[in-house]
Amino acid sequence: MNTPDPARWRGPSPRWLLLVPALALLAAILLLPLGQSLFRSVGQGDWTLDHYARLFTDGVTLRVLARTAVTAAVVTVIAFALGYPYAYVMTRVGPRMRGVLLVIVLIPFWTSVMARNFAWIVILQREGPVHSFFRLFGLDVVLYGSVAGVTVAMSQVLLPFMVLPLFSALSGIDRRLLLAARGLGSHPLVAFWKIYWPLSRGGVVAGLILVFTLSLGFYVTPALLGSPKESLVAQLLGQRTTQLLDFAGAGALGMLVLVVTLVLVAWANRFGGTISAIGVVAAAPVKDRT
Amino acid sequence: MSATKFPTASPTASPAASATAPGPVAVPRRAGTQIRLTGVTKDYGLASPAVAGVSLTIEPGEFMTLLGPSGSGKTTTLNLIAGFETLTAGSIAFNGADVSRLPPHKRNLGMLFQNYALFPHLTVAQNVAYPLRERRLPKPEIARRVSEVLELVQLTGRDGTYPAQLSGGQQQRVALARAIVFDPSALLLDEPLGALDRNLRSTLQLEIRRIHREVGSTFVFVTHDQEEAMNLSDRIALFNDGRIEQVGTPEALYQTPETLFTARFLGDSTVFELPYGDGAGAAWEDEVWAVDPATVSARVVAGSRAALVVRPEDVRIAADRSAVPSGANAVSATIRDVEYMGAYRTAVLALGRGGVAGRARLDALESDLGAGQSVTAWWRVDRQRLVAA
Repeated sequence: MNTPDPARWRGPSPRWLLLVPALALLAAILLLPLGQSLFRSVGQGDWTLDHYARLFTDGVTLRVLARTAVTAAVVTVIAFALGYPYAYVMTRVGPRMRGVLLVIVLIPFWTSVMARNFAWIVILQREGPVHSFFRLFGLDVVLYGSVAGVTVAMSQVLLPFMVLPLFSALSGIDRRLLLAARGLGSHPLVAFWKIYWPLSRGGVVAGLILVFTLSLGFYVTPALLGSPKESLVAQLLGQRTTQLLDFAGAGALGMLVLVVTLVLVAWANRFGGTISAIGVVAAAPVKDRT
Repeated sequence: MSATKFPTASPTASPAASATAPGPVAVPRRAGTQIRLTGVTKDYGLASPAVAGVSLTIEPGEFMTLLGPSGSGKTTTLNLIAGFETLTAGSIAFNGADVSRLPPHKRNLGMLFQNYALFPHLTVAQNVAYPLRERRLPKPEIARRVSEVLELVQLTGRDGTYPAQLSGGQQQRVALARAIVFDPSALLLDEPLGALDRNLRSTLQLEIRRIHREVGSTFVFVTHDQEEAMNLSDRIALFNDGRIEQVGTPEALYQTPETLFTARFLGDSTVFELPYGDGAGAAWEDEVWAVDPATVSARVVAGSRAALVVRPEDVRIAADRSAVPSGANAVSATIRDVEYMGAYRTAVLALGRGGVAGRARLDALESDLGAGQSVTAWWRVDRQRLVAA
């Protein structure tokens, strides 16, 4: 890349130069391999869509995709059901308690991926606490090695991605609006539904999209906790690249997932500032509201 | 007066309203609601209660201002009337009916907040229509009332605008429209002009006066700004430390304060703290001043601390004692400074041996006075007031 001499720089503003290292890195580790995958998936110059056609005809891929989508949806719903009340409480407690709650939700971030997943194996395996618990009721439930177990673990791992955008959105809502609504004749629940909920929607959409898209591509947890018989799309991708060395097929599958994700994000973005809401995530932990 | 400005939906016009919405929407329109506070107390468990036994009757259609410094309990009192806070003791009644345990959404009160509290995701028209929708009025009725009230606050044509696109003054007009559109029993205003600049404030003060006249409902206005309180109110309840210090018309509070707190909070005063015995004159330093019993507050307890207060416009400056008219009260003074106030000038005085601070408004003839001069300050006996200290 041709870096201009700052002393003779006549462009709009030299501060844009600060972006160059990051953009160069992104180009090298993201765009380049992505382009390569795309190139391989369409026949490496022989131009064919066979690899894409195979995705829809091999009888496996579509089933795995559907299973992945359902799993991701369930994980997203669980994370939302747990995350919204949690984030709400975070906006209602004092600064000290808020810090504690934040730490609790961030623990998955600070724990190594492997440690976290092996912990789940211990919890979910045969003779583990969950199995023993269900046996008290005469049920023989082993979540380890099932999609259900994967779902439970993924919900925990992805919870911060739900809680942080929600907390950021909810803490920006002026609670006096709720007083105003009640004064104007709304039952507190109606005030929540007509005022609070619509104002929290940006954060809700951001959280849903983040968790859903991350779930779609989740690899380690399904690989460790799931079973090959019920694999998700990331496992299929891994299998095709590392075991079958089918780079063209894997590239086509990767592109399909990417397109689905992008379409989803673009669609969701119409429901109110998703991209900006995701952007606030980074700022949320340091934001101190009194 | 326009009692027909917001005609109440008659049962024939809106059967839904009469079935679901209690209060003035369904009953014939009243001129205003009487609000009676009896021994109202709010204790958060702190050193002293936020509101300590406040009793006050706000008459139908009255413009009552709750005035006081921050932390004096005026806003808490307003929130108790609104139902946003629960009473620790005492009771609140609207037109004789106890509402102490009624939740806010059933009290049918309009409320204006300092930060406007407009719903940012709703347009101007939707904001104003909100209380009408909550009362399930028929759509044509809602549309008619919204356009009427937007005309009243001079915001016609802004229906589809979102609050963020409006100036502060316009936002407060929308909030005002929303607060009165449903014919509330009373309008509660919580420092609604606090966030606006000086010019806009006085414009909106006039606006609020006009709307009070046109709507004719009871207004309860909270402010810490004594000038605003004087401009707007029929009566002022002055709060101090969770209690009402004095209630009365702006004139009464200014002319006949009962306590030193009142005298100091409303307008400037020159204050001489002194002991006061029954019927005798008031002795302060070397002076013994004549006292007219008519100017002694009933709250002055003989033998205890009292204060003699004089307003700056009643203090006169003389070159020496011989120039003081006989019968007037006088004290020696040094002019500290002369402040130019535009329409007039004020002499800042140090009075007596102790150099008590005082002020005198000067007229044009006294233009030769300057800082450092020793003079005599005097005032007419009937222009002073003896209050409880």
